[in-house]
This record gives sequence, C-alpha cells and structure tokens, in this order.
Amino acid sequence: MGFFLETLIGGLMAGMLYSLVALGFVLIFKASGVFNFAQGAMVLFAALAMARFAEWIPAWLGLQGSYLGTAAAFVIAGAVMFVVAWLVERLVLRHLVNQEGATLLMATLGIAYVLEGVGASVFGDDIYRINVGMPKEPVFLFEGIFPGGLLINKEDFIAALIAAVLVGLLTLFFQKTTTGRALRAVADDHQAAQSIGIPLNRIWVIVWCVAGLVALVAGVIWGSKLGVQFSLSTVALRALPVVILGGLTSIPGAIIGGLIIGVGEKLSEVYLGPMIGGGIEIWFAYQLALVFLLFRPQGLFGEKIIDRV
Amino acid sequence: MSRQIGEVILDLKQVSLSFGGVKALTDISFDVREHEIRAIIGPNGAGKSSMLNVINGVYRPQLGEIILRGQHFSKMNPYKAAKAGISRTFQNIALFKGMNVIDNLMTGRNLKIRSNLIQQAFWWGAARREELAHRAKVEEVIDFLEIQHIRKTPVGRLPYGLQKRVDLGRALAMEPSILLLDEPMAGMNVEEKQDMCRFILDVNDQFGTTIVLIEHDMAVVMDISDRVVVLDYGKKIGDGEPDAVRANPDVISAYLGASH
Repeated sequence: MGFFLETLIGGLMAGMLYSLVALGFVLIFKASGVFNFAQGAMVLFAALAMARFAEWIPAWLGLQGSYLGTAAAFVIAGAVMFVVAWLVERLVLRHLVNQEGATLLMATLGIAYVLEGVGASVFGDDIYRINVGMPKEPVFLFEGIFPGGLLINKEDFIAALIAAVLVGLLTLFFQKTTTGRALRAVADDHQAAQSIGIPLNRIWVIVWCVAGLVALVAGVIWGSKLGVQFSLSTVALRALPVVILGGLTSIPGAIIGGLIIGVGEKLSEVYLGPMIGGGIEIWFAYQLALVFLLFRPQGLFGEKIIDRV
Repeated sequence: MSRQIGEVILDLKQVSLSFGGVKALTDISFDVREHEIRAIIGPNGAGKSSMLNVINGVYRPQLGEIILRGQHFSKMNPYKAAKAGISRTFQNIALFKGMNVIDNLMTGRNLKIRSNLIQQAFWWGAARREELAHRAKVEEVIDFLEIQHIRKTPVGRLPYGLQKRVDLGRALAMEPSILLLDEPMAGMNVEEKQDMCRFILDVNDQFGTTIVLIEHDMAVVMDISDRVVVLDYGKKIGDGEPDAVRANPDVISAYLGASH
C-alpha cells in the first residue's frame, strides 16, 4: 500500500509539471485560437535566460550566493519574455488577424525556430544549471502509518505546489477580472470582440506574456530538475497528450489531464512494466491521447464542436 | 415623441468598396442625423451588410470617406469606431457563447474600464468600485430588455430570439451614441419581432440613440424608420422618408422585378 501511494504521489507531482507546460498551450489557444507550436521553444528560451542571468547578474553586481541575484534574474527573465511576447505580436500575429488556424500554426512553428536559434546564439548552447535553492533531499512522511514511511521528493513537492498556485491564480484571473473576460471574449469571436472595442493587439500581447511567464516557471522548474539544454524544448511534446486529454480550451482540463497522464505513466510503468516490458512511461501518454482522439476528440473538458449544416 | 432629430452626425461620402473584381458598393453617399432611425433596405446582395461593415470599420472602402461628428475618417477600424461611440449587432449573432449573459454584457463595458491589470488582479479599491458600477449599468440594460431570468445562463444555450436580444444588450451596454443593427429581426416570429421593434423604438426614444438598421421586413422598416436608404446591386437607388421611398419607381422595380 505504501509503495502504491508513493508511486501515485510521484505521478501526481510529475503530472503537475506536465500541466504547467500544457497550460501554456491552453492559454494561447483559448485567447487567440492559435495552437502555439512555439510553447516548447518558449520554455527553453525562458530557462536559458533564467540560467544565464542567474550567472551574470550576481557576477556584475557582486551578489554571489545571495537569493537577491536569483530573484533579479527571475524578474529580468520575465521581462525578456515580455519583450518576446511583444515582438511576436508586432512582427507576426498582427499581420495574420482573421487568418486560418493552419496559417497561424505554421507561423508559430517559425517562431519556435527563431526562438531556439536566437536563444542559442544569445545565451549559448551548453548545458546550464539553474539553482533556485530547491531542496534536493527526499523526506519520509507518515512513518507512523506505513512501515518505512512514504518517500517524497521534496523538490517535486515544492514544484507541484508552485504549479498548483500558479494555475489557481490564472483561473481566477481568467474568470474574475475584466481583462480576463476580454481575453475570453477574444477567444470566442475576434470580430465581435473588436466591435465592442476590445483591442485585439493588446490582448494578444497580454496572453503571450502570461504564456511566457508560465513558460518561465515551467522552464525554471524543469531546468532545475534536469538542467537547461536544448532537449528542454521537447518538454512541450510531453505536454501535447495532456492537452489532447484535457481539451484545448480548458484550464482545469490541462491540470487534470496532466495529473492523469503523470499518474498513468508511473503506475503503468511500475505495475504493467514487469509484464509487457519496461519503458511504458515513454509511450503511455501518446497511446492514451490516441484513444482520446478516437473516442472523444474534444478532450475531457473541451467544448464539443457542433457544426450546424 | 420626445426626441428631436438633430444635425447630421454621420455622413458617408462617395463610398466605393470592391472585393477583387466584385463591386460591393459603388459611389454611395448618405447621411444620418442625430437621434433618427435610419434604415438601409434592399434585395439580397444589395450591399446592405457591406455598408454597415464600412461604417464600423470592418471593411475599408477603396474610395470615399466617413465623417463622424465633423471628424474625417478615410480609414475606420472597429476599435476606433467603438471608441467613437458606434456599437453594433450582427446578422449571424456573434455573442461569446461560452460566457453567461452578464459576462457578455460586461464585455460591452470594456472600453469604459479604467483600472489597470494589476489592480484588477488584486480586486483593489478602484477596480472593485468600478466593476460594481459597471455591473449596475449592465443590470439596467438587463431590466430594460427584460432578460432578468436568463442573466446567468450561458448564451450558447439560449433560443435564437433571446440571443438576438442579448446581442442588442451587449451593444447597449456600451452606451453608444450610434447603434448599428444588422437585421435585428431576421428569423424571428411575429411576437419576437414586435418585442424587438418596441426595444428599438424605446432605445431611440429614451436614450436618444441614433440607430442605423438593416431590415428585410418592409412593413417593419416603413413603420419605425424616419428615413430610408435603398440599395440595389451596390448602388443607391432611393433615399428619403418611407412614403416617398415606397412611391419611388426604381425601388418598386428593384423589389418586384423590372416592370417592362
């Protein structure tokens, strides 16, 4: 029982991180109907910025070893993501208003390459470490209830907590604020939104900023776990099945989809692995997504697509 | 009626619009006076919706200009139009389907909101007071349109007639000085049409809103409008008070087919 719970909790925590990346997709899709292929590149770019600024800033200001330097690096990396959002709107999206979804998708594919290229040339293409002072040592919980206790990875736990808080805040932002309402309006109908005086351009900058911020948080967490390297941009591919599972338009969907996939991966690896051979973790999510595409293409929480003919 | 028709508030001068080789509007001029109800009529494909889209900047005419309260616009865009007090409804209802009625109407207040993102995020003093004030305004519109009972319903679930009413509500929530209505009564039954007519007249009468509307139903148009523009194949073939337009031989032949 203890072992099962351990696996379950491990899965939930891993799932929370998938959710975080998936959230980036959902935010942009909700507000602009664009499937943002560049989300992975944004995570990489943000993580690179964070890693390098965390090196550079303390060196410039003489703040070695202080949290202040890390905090400053985070703020500056955030500002960089803001500039990225602004440039994306200025140079790309603005010229593609009211275009087909496929056109926009291709445009984001282009953005992904530009971000990866610029990221590598500005920040370098080595493997960097991000150290935000996350505790690395595992802890044992509930030793009284289970023999030996439950082994919990503290770092994962804190990361999951951060992700959960961020998701909560974003949901509130979307549901409760005027700007959030405007974002949802734009997602529903560009033309109507414009006609009531919602400035599309500003909304897009805001939404890419938020997605950039989410990418930054995801990048920092993943980066401090695995190190910042080029392969970080493929994190987005891991989040793709999450989005399919949860539905492209649903923030809760992204979270629950992430949790399901995180848990599913771990449980199937541990319990099915010995029977059909290991490595299930790698393909499980995609198989699940395939099943969903067959039977429930709008995902768990997505809006059902009904076309009146 | 208490309203007084005033000066020209919106003046269109020699507007021509084409899509590729297709001429949607050719050299059309007409004006709209403050507080009046101005109808645009014409057979299918006459360019009525294009005309409305030009006024609110969805389409940019190749030639001609729009003069709004003495201000010249050779290029209008929907955002500028909204800022200048023009709001509109759509022929194929363009509501935000996932949101409920209140939220849809609240989006209409968007331009009037002054608090910034940070204040909103924390539901801070100014933002909070503002939201409540706008909410009060929206409730007024809801009362006015008699849609209290559906205020929390997602609009996607409402029947067509009510969606049309919510569409009007969102436009009204903007407190426009000019309201553009694109076939507000299309597809409605007689009762719904009567309701809609009453709302349009009340808006015009109580708030003094200038109204430009497109409508197919001739009886309705002749009944409620002060002046009528008639379009056919993108050209203006008649303009004037309903009785004069009705007697215009060009208009008769456009509607009934050529008489020769």
